[in-house]
Amino acid sequence: MHQFIQFSKEELTRYNRHIIIPEFGLAAQQKLKAARVLVIGSGGLGSPLLLYLAAAGVGTLGLVDYDHVEDSNLHRQVLFGVDAIGLSKVDAAKERLLNLNPHININVYETQLTAKNALTLLKDYDVIADGTDNFPTRYLINDACVILGKTNVYASIFQFEGQVTVFNYLNSQGERGPNYRDLFSMPPPPGLVPSCAEGGVLGVLPGIIGSMQALEVIKVITGVGEILNGRLFSFDALTFESRTFNLKRNPSNPLNGANPTITELIDYEEFCGVKVVEQKIKEITARDLYDWQVRGEDFQLIDVRELIEYEEVNIGAQLVPLSGILDYADSISREKKVVIHCKMGGRSAKAIRQLEDRWGFQNLYNLKGGIVAYISEVQMPLGSR
Amino acid sequence: MATVIIPTPLRKFTNSTTRIPILATTISAAIRELTDNFPDLKKHLIDSDGKMAAFINIFVDNEDIRYLDLEKTELKDDTVISIVPAIAGG
Repeated sequence: MHQFIQFSKEELTRYNRHIIIPEFGLAAQQKLKAARVLVIGSGGLGSPLLLYLAAAGVGTLGLVDYDHVEDSNLHRQVLFGVDAIGLSKVDAAKERLLNLNPHININVYETQLTAKNALTLLKDYDVIADGTDNFPTRYLINDACVILGKTNVYASIFQFEGQVTVFNYLNSQGERGPNYRDLFSMPPPPGLVPSCAEGGVLGVLPGIIGSMQALEVIKVITGVGEILNGRLFSFDALTFESRTFNLKRNPSNPLNGANPTITELIDYEEFCGVKVVEQKIKEITARDLYDWQVRGEDFQLIDVRELIEYEEVNIGAQLVPLSGILDYADSISREKKVVIHCKMGGRSAKAIRQLEDRWGFQNLYNLKGGIVAYISEVQMPLGSR
Repeated sequence: MATVIIPTPLRKFTNSTTRIPILATTISAAIRELTDNFPDLKKHLIDSDGKMAAFINIFVDNEDIRYLDLEKTELKDDTVISIVPAIAGG
């Protein structure tokens, strides 16, 4: 198909420095123009990735992001300027990229990639580039690419560390390369590996790694050079050392190993242990709790904060810090109402969820707004009475 | 002695040491030696069942130990062991 791609005079001028490279030439440029690349995430990695893919003349760029530009993005997300703060990333990105290269098409999808929309969004693209920032979405993209038979050009960063590889690549012998599940069969437990928002990232690192990701996208499209298929490039910005590790297909890969058990997209938040609470937890307001106390209603009150917080101020609850709540289940009433509270209501909601999921409690109430709401609305903490 | 390269996310558990010489001559002994010296590393290398965690990879001279001899993979004096953690930032 690509051999029928035509260029205008302006395009030929624009891409001249590509076309005159003997190993690249007009044919590679035609392949770029014919290509459809979906970039998921327009953050630190997505910024250089999109800029270079647009500049290189990838004919159709798709862009998936649901976020808005924030000031704290700008130390690394060089796609955006101050005037884009507050705007949707996909709209700001589209404007910037078309300003850079008006000869290309840009499709934007202002949505979160989910198991429901992933196959539909990915299916019309030749190459997928994963520049997302969390484990559930990375497994989702991987699985969708394997199911659809798409190449997934992968990069990830954290603080000073960067990784790049090309997953699920079909080589000229028809052999499919390794994918993310061959490298990491399971995600780390939630909380063990912080995100960039929690742990930070050196701004220039995604610039380096995202540019390498763009390089591999261009190589996959044009077939020029040796693709980073079956190899993981790892970069340490502190020592400036890099290593390239060999990857293999794992026969026990649940997606496309010897005995596949995953044949469709799954619940990735559940898989990664970060499932958000879906079922509503019963709540009680501070005012109602106070009424119960005044009326002398028979109920149990539990505080799941830490001892140091409890000693500072409390409302006469039994102290059972969240980490020990499941072990305390035998001492929690199943007959009378039980109110569980923390400072603001977050930890107590987790405690209730754990107790309901594990032990089937049905009589637990979360104090809405926690002890903070109680003190401000009722103003009667025991510590200050 | 073989050398273990500690990836940047785990260096906070090794007093910022990048390369750690190891006396051990197998991967399992090397991991034990590492976690004995730096106990905080343990939860990043070993899962709750006491096995090598699935969310890290150990490479011996750029080869995944899963395709060598797993924990029994032997180490030579000039072996370089790399720990490659799962990171997800973008």
